[in-house]
Amino acid sequence: MAQLATSLDVRADFPLLARKRPGSDRGFAYLDSANTSQKPGQVIEAIDSYYRNSNANIHRAVYALAQEATDLYEGARERVARFAGSETATTIFTRNATEAINLVAYAWGREHVGEGDEVLLTHMEHHSNIVPWQILCSERGATLRYLQVSDEGLLSLDELDEVLASGRVKLVSVTHVSNVLGTINPVAEIAARARAAGAVCLVDGSQAMPQLPVDVSEVGADFYVWTGHKALGPTGIGVLHGRRELLESMPPFLGGGDMIASVGLQSSTWNELPWKFEAGTSPIAQGAGLGAAIDYLDALGMEAVRAHERDLTAYTLDRLTEVDGLRTFGPRDPDLRGGVVSFEVEGIHPHDLAELCSRAGVCIRAGHHCAQPLMRLMGVPATARASFHVYNNRDDVDRLVEALIEARNVFGLSSGGLSSGH
Amino acid sequence: MDDFYRDYILDHYKRPRNFGTLEPHDLEAHDHNPLCGDELGVHIRVEDGKVAELRFHGQGCAISQASASMASEELIGMPIEQIGKLDADWVVDLLGIDISPTRRKCALLSLKVTRGAATGDASWPE
Repeated sequence: MAQLATSLDVRADFPLLARKRPGSDRGFAYLDSANTSQKPGQVIEAIDSYYRNSNANIHRAVYALAQEATDLYEGARERVARFAGSETATTIFTRNATEAINLVAYAWGREHVGEGDEVLLTHMEHHSNIVPWQILCSERGATLRYLQVSDEGLLSLDELDEVLASGRVKLVSVTHVSNVLGTINPVAEIAARARAAGAVCLVDGSQAMPQLPVDVSEVGADFYVWTGHKALGPTGIGVLHGRRELLESMPPFLGGGDMIASVGLQSSTWNELPWKFEAGTSPIAQGAGLGAAIDYLDALGMEAVRAHERDLTAYTLDRLTEVDGLRTFGPRDPDLRGGVVSFEVEGIHPHDLAELCSRAGVCIRAGHHCAQPLMRLMGVPATARASFHVYNNRDDVDRLVEALIEARNVFGLSSGGLSSGH
Repeated sequence: MDDFYRDYILDHYKRPRNFGTLEPHDLEAHDHNPLCGDELGVHIRVEDGKVAELRFHGQGCAISQASASMASEELIGMPIEQIGKLDADWVVDLLGIDISPTRRKCALLSLKVTRGAATGDASWPE
């Protein structure tokens, strides 16, 4: 229960965590932040304030209110770019990380991936970093390849070199932090090797940007994508950071208002970056909310956020050894992993674990985590998963462990371990 | 005793009846729950228009496995044409527990594949 001196104590900033559960004097132990994070009051207030005080469409009208809304949105973009170590003009707002990947697959992929070419992914990708490439490859007659994941949940750079040596790989697309295993991949190293082999590299930072200090210029990937709602921000806004030369040479993704310079009857010319890739009315309130989320994380300091999550992950890995029949997945070393721990308990399906945890107010995810190829590789249909953010504390983990021990009791698996149903 | 994970539910989960494969078989179907990836298949041998033998196979949570196991005991001996008329309430009543909306597909997967095998209609039972 005791908090380490280095840990963050910010739970009071998150209104939902003050909510009591029906019939209980306790709130939720929310352990599903890899799915979506909770939002601090500052983010909720920024969205509320936009609608109450500054609501107008951006980039169009000349009146002062519209300028205020534009400043809010573009100001958020500037802060997001600085936060991520990128430039404002090459920081494109999308609907989410999925849309950012689809944008690259469509606007870059269709021009540069052809018959006989290869797109290289890894076995630990989220479906959002698989399916857009399947669509592209089947359309273009290209081949999808996947890097293996070791038993400990790690990629092999040697295998990467071997595959790149063919010279056929046009794109390497890899997650920065696995949403199942927690593995922090050596993305700067991967991007450098891809580049040396003449391939473009995309990094999916959906699980990384919310919890690690990330400087996309240091990562050096051609494209880096992430999403707001996992980083304490609202749903409906994601980010694509791209290399300027590539973004400039790419055709647009979606056509419509705001992304044009001029429109004729038969053809149009495109707006400059970043707006060339932002068709239609932008997610203005979400931009304001994401800006507030970035300010919040910046004030805490991403080094402190990382230290907090590392501490909780190490504590969780340690405490879960007290549950009989429990097996965790991913790297053993907390330095190699982000704030997510997937596990299974022999004899209890993950869905049943999640249901029984829910009764104790403990929110964990159960299922394939949108990573079915990885589940098959791990030889499990599903896992249970606990994941953390700044508002979690050791008490949340203690409640998880208690709930898991109680789940074993309900299933008649007393200590010592009876045989499972399968 | 737990109100949801009742003794008979856990008993069917841990010792599922009529599980495995059936060779040869006359009817078969295989399906999954897209939400969780759980899979279930069924093999049926038909005699005189009725289910002579039936085996489920696959893996899933306590509710989906118990539902398959308990359903198998009712299905054996049933006329094939009657299977198409079974609805969601049939399975829910059979389980005898309150099924929340989030667990409904777990409970219905066994009937979905059985109806798929018997009638070719692979839609979710209503």
